[in-house]
This record gives sequence, C-alpha cells and structure tokens, in this order.
Amino acid sequence: MKILVCISKAPDTTSKIAFTSGNTSFDENGVQYIVNPYDEWYALVRALELKETLGGNVTIITVGNAVDESIMRKALAIGADDAVRIDAEPKDAYFTAMQIAAFAKNQSFDLVLVGKETINYNGSQVGGMIAEALELPFVSLASKLDIDGNVIRLEREIAGGVQVVEVSTPAVISCAKGMAEQRIPNMRGIMAARTRQLTVVPAVDVQELTSYVQYDLPVSKSACKMISPDNMDELVQLLHNEAKVI
Amino acid sequence: MTLVYIHSENGLSKAAKEVVTYAKKLGDGVSVITNGNTTGDVLAELGEYGASSVMVDRSVSSDDHQQLLDLVVFAAEKTGATSIVFSHDLTAKAIAPRLSVRLNAGLVSGATDVPNESGAIRVNVFSGKAFGFVKVNSTKQIISLLPNSIQPEITGGACGVEEINSGASTGRIKLITTKKPEGEIPLPEAELVVSAGRGLKGPENWGMVEDLAKSLGAATACSRPVADIGWRPHHEHVGQTGVAIRPNLYIAAGISGAIQHLAGVNGSKVIVVINTDQEAPFFKAADYGVVGDAFEVLPKLTEAIRKFKAGQN
Ligand SMILES: Cc1cc2nc3c(=O)[nH]c(=O)nc-3n(C[C@H](O)[C@H](O)[C@H](O)COP(=O)(O)OP(=O)(O)OC[C@H]3O[C@@H](n4cnc5c(N)ncnc54)[C@H](O)[C@@H]3O)c2cc1C
Repeated sequence: MKILVCISKAPDTTSKIAFTSGNTSFDENGVQYIVNPYDEWYALVRALELKETLGGNVTIITVGNAVDESIMRKALAIGADDAVRIDAEPKDAYFTAMQIAAFAKNQSFDLVLVGKETINYNGSQVGGMIAEALELPFVSLASKLDIDGNVIRLEREIAGGVQVVEVSTPAVISCAKGMAEQRIPNMRGIMAARTRQLTVVPAVDVQELTSYVQYDLPVSKSACKMISPDNMDELVQLLHNEAKVI
Repeated sequence: MTLVYIHSENGLSKAAKEVVTYAKKLGDGVSVITNGNTTGDVLAELGEYGASSVMVDRSVSSDDHQQLLDLVVFAAEKTGATSIVFSHDLTAKAIAPRLSVRLNAGLVSGATDVPNESGAIRVNVFSGKAFGFVKVNSTKQIISLLPNSIQPEITGGACGVEEINSGASTGRIKLITTKKPEGEIPLPEAELVVSAGRGLKGPENWGMVEDLAKSLGAATACSRPVADIGWRPHHEHVGQTGVAIRPNLYIAAGISGAIQHLAGVNGSKVIVVINTDQEAPFFKAADYGVVGDAFEVLPKLTEAIRKFKAGQN
C-alpha cells in the first residue's frame, strides 16, 4: 500500500488571530504553527495504521517554504517514511492542489489522503481538486476507512447521518473525525526525524484562481445581560421581543 | 447567467431558497439545475425567489457525486453560466472543488454575503475567528453559500420547469448503505440550536437538553469532549475541529466556552449561556447569561418556552 498524505501548516488553536498591513495579511507574530489537526490526527494516523497492518509506505507532502519544515519533521516523528516539500508559497487551494497533483501523477499511489479542511482557511477544497486533476474518485468527509484487497470501504458523513461506500484504489479521500486517534510521537521518533532527509521539489507553473484581498475581525459582543435562574419567563420574553429569534 | 444547483428531495429546503435568492442578487439571471423527486409544481415556486427556469434530471442520484458533477457541468455548458452557486453542504464539498478544476473557475467556499463594491466575497476564516474577503481571478466563478447567511426573499412569480436527460454517467463509488436517524434537524442548517457540554455529567442527562430542543424545534449539539467520550454522536460536535454553525439562537449549557469551542459557534446571532460558574469564559461571548445549575435551569426554560408557545396559538 503506497499512501500519500497531504499536510498543511495551521496556527496553533490557541493563537491570537490578528492582521497586519491594513488588514491584508495574517499577523504571524508570536504564532506557533502546528500540523493541521485533520491532516495529522485522521489522515496521517490512519495511513500509518494501514501501513502497519498491510505493509507499504507513507509519504507526506506539503506545499510551503523552508520555514515550514518543522511540520514535516513532526509528521516524520509520528511515523511517516518520506517527506516531500513543494517549494512554493501555497497561494490558494487550486494552486496547492495542482502542485500536489503534478507530483503524484506518475507515482502510482494507492491512496491520497487529505484532512477534511484546514483550520485556518476552512475551504475543504484541496482533496477534490487533486482528485479531478488526477481523474480519480473522491470520497469527501470520510469518518472510517478500511482496505480489503483493492477495495476501499468508507463511511462518509452526509446531512444528518452516514453512508457506507466502496471504491477501488486508487482514490483520493478527505478524512474527518472518527477515522483514527491522535498519536503523540515518542522521543525516539522525534530524535530520528531531526536528521532525516527531506525531499524538496520545485513548483510547477500554475496561476491561482482566487486571492484573499482583505481580512476583518468580528465586532465583539456588548456586555452579556444576566437573567436570574428563577426567571426563565423573562429570558423567553427577551428572546422573543428584544432578540427576535423565537 | 448564474446557475444554481439545489437538492430537491421531498420539497424545497430553506437552503434551496437561500441560494436562489443569493444568485438573483448577483444580478445576471438565474437558472436552476436539480435532481430528485420534488414535483414540477413545487419546483416552479423557485421562480418566486428569482429563478427564470428550472431544469430537473430525475435519473440522477444525489448519492452519486460523480454523476451530480456531470449533471452540473452539462447544465453549465447548456446555460453558458459564468457563476455557479451551491449551498455549502456536504454535496458542495464533494463536487464544487472538482468543478473548479473542470471549468477552471475560482471557488469561494462558505460565502456569507454577496460580493462587495470591489467584487470580493466574505467568508469565515480561522474557523470563525475572523472574516476573509476573497476575489476570484478567473472569468468563471463558483460560490458555495453558508446556510443561514441570507434570508430567502420573494421577488416574483412561478417559473417554467423543464424535465431533462443530461446523460450523466454513473460514478465509480458504490453506495452500500445509508444510516440516517429519522426526524432530526440537520445541525448545519438549523436556525435554533441547544448545546451542552461536560457540565451535564453524563449521557443519561441529555433528556432535558432534548426536551428543550423539542420545545423550540431546535437541533442539538455538544462540545468536543462530550463527543470524544461517546456521550453524544460525533456529528453533534461543534467548534474549531467539529461543525461550524451560525444559527439565529445558540443555547449552551454546561460548556465552559474554550476558544476552540467558540470558534465554531460565534457566528450565531444570539448566544445564551447557562453555567454554574459565573467566571466561565463563555459569558464574555454571550448575549444573555444565566448563572445556575443546568439541571434546574433547563427544565425551567423548557417550561417557559412551552407556556410561551401555548400563548401564541
Ligand atoms: C486542537 C484542539 C481543538 C479543539 N477543538 C474543539 C472543538 O472543536 N469544540 C470544542 O467544543 N472543544 C474543542 N477543543 C477542546 C476545548 O479546548 C475544551 O476542552 C472543550 O470545549 C471543553 O468542553 P466543555 O466546555 O464541555 O467542558 P469543560 O471545559 O469541562 O466545561 C464544563 C463547564 O460546565 C460547567 N458546569 C459544570 N456543572 C454544571 C451544571 N450543573 N450546570 C451548568 N454548568 C455546569 C462548568 O462550570 C464548566 O464551565 C479543542 C481543543 C484542542 C486542543
């Protein structure tokens, strides 16, 4: 089983979100980057579990700059075999997906796994775009993934429920909660990952289709109105007359 | 021309009316493509929200995303649409990215507004902690609209409905079974949500959460640890690593209001927090707060809602 896991960097979930240059770019000051949780907890860990039972090889790939190598080392520490970086700023989902597709094209991966979305841009776009570029089936939002020969059996989330589906390898899968449990790398893994060779691949020429031109922060709420626990009729009246939501 | 894809199983959902209203606001004329079993008479009502025509291909299955993709591509070619609009649901997540590559059209996922003066579209970023404004650089664009971002508006009368056969071929993904609990309101589309956290102490206490939800006609949700320990199903987990929602009303009981939880719910119009601890961070993000024991407050609130509803009838 030859598996490619796409990973992205994302700001640590406790990061303060702020913007600079007239609200046109994310303020990275003091921000710690982590592997995007969906990519790490679900896609990568499930790939490693499959490798452990079926044999094979897990390659992680990211589109990013040299400073992003820490997330690649984290993925190696957790257990990935190889790490590839496409040397470019990931300009938008399309640009990123086309880079990964260009790399994967002639490598005959059985599975290409992505997280269901990143926690910074939340687009849920890259997986489907890779699948289209490679003309492979795409199963989105899978919460379970098992392999039987060349058949992939998946559970995927649908509105208010789940579906069980099957598809033959090769395929692209976006991975959501339920697929695996987070793994904490051990000291040996971390030490070994430090000195591992990282593969750096030049980017292909692709024009991005979208750009973020501006950011904004939500206006903070005015003070919370406190209501006595013995006066739920008042709360109901406020929700009806003042907030007008019921 | 703007093309809209909607689901139309068993009638028209609010999300369907929202996307047609949204497409109408883009100002280019609106065609709708759909599949499913909703009758022509009902589909014609989409004209009231701005559609000038509806095409329906009854042979296409909503479970087959590859076939749906072909259907939308067929309709896009037929109408010469330069904008294609979806509701930002699971179908859109499965097919819009593919469509983006197929048509070389920039994709804006989870739009929360119509394009502004400079043509940029607002979306939630950083899991709801901020907004981003996205510009599409290509001549064609695809937009998926976050449910409950705009209200459906009636602007006209019924439109024509055409039965078509797109010839979309079946995909390579085989459906084995569907498990769908009956009668629940899907969380991402819900306008009212009642949510609870670890403060509820155990799954056996969720009856009072469900009672309150039922009295309001609300969907139920939970914090992450509650889904992780298996007290509630995963699809109820809201927050940065769960479902992001933006209902009109979010009632949170026994949830501390950690930053990762707030990320997924702070788009809610009105937030009510019930917590024993007056220092709970959630009160800072709330519109209305009740310092009290959820075990007492939830049944009282349910009672008050029932009384209010009875008085309205
Ligand atoms: C990377 C990462 C991602 C995360 N993603 C998410 C996410 O998507 N969603 C999410 O929810 N969390 C997420 N978390 C976890 C988050 O940090 C919090 O741990 C979690 O939200 C806390 O859940 P809780 O409020 O139910 O529990 P607690 O923090 O244990 O809070 C329980 C609350 O209940 C109150 N309480 C106790 N008894 C009662 C009573 N009888 N009546 C009323 N109130 C009572 C307490 O005062 C307390 O405020 C994430 C964490 C990390 C590190």
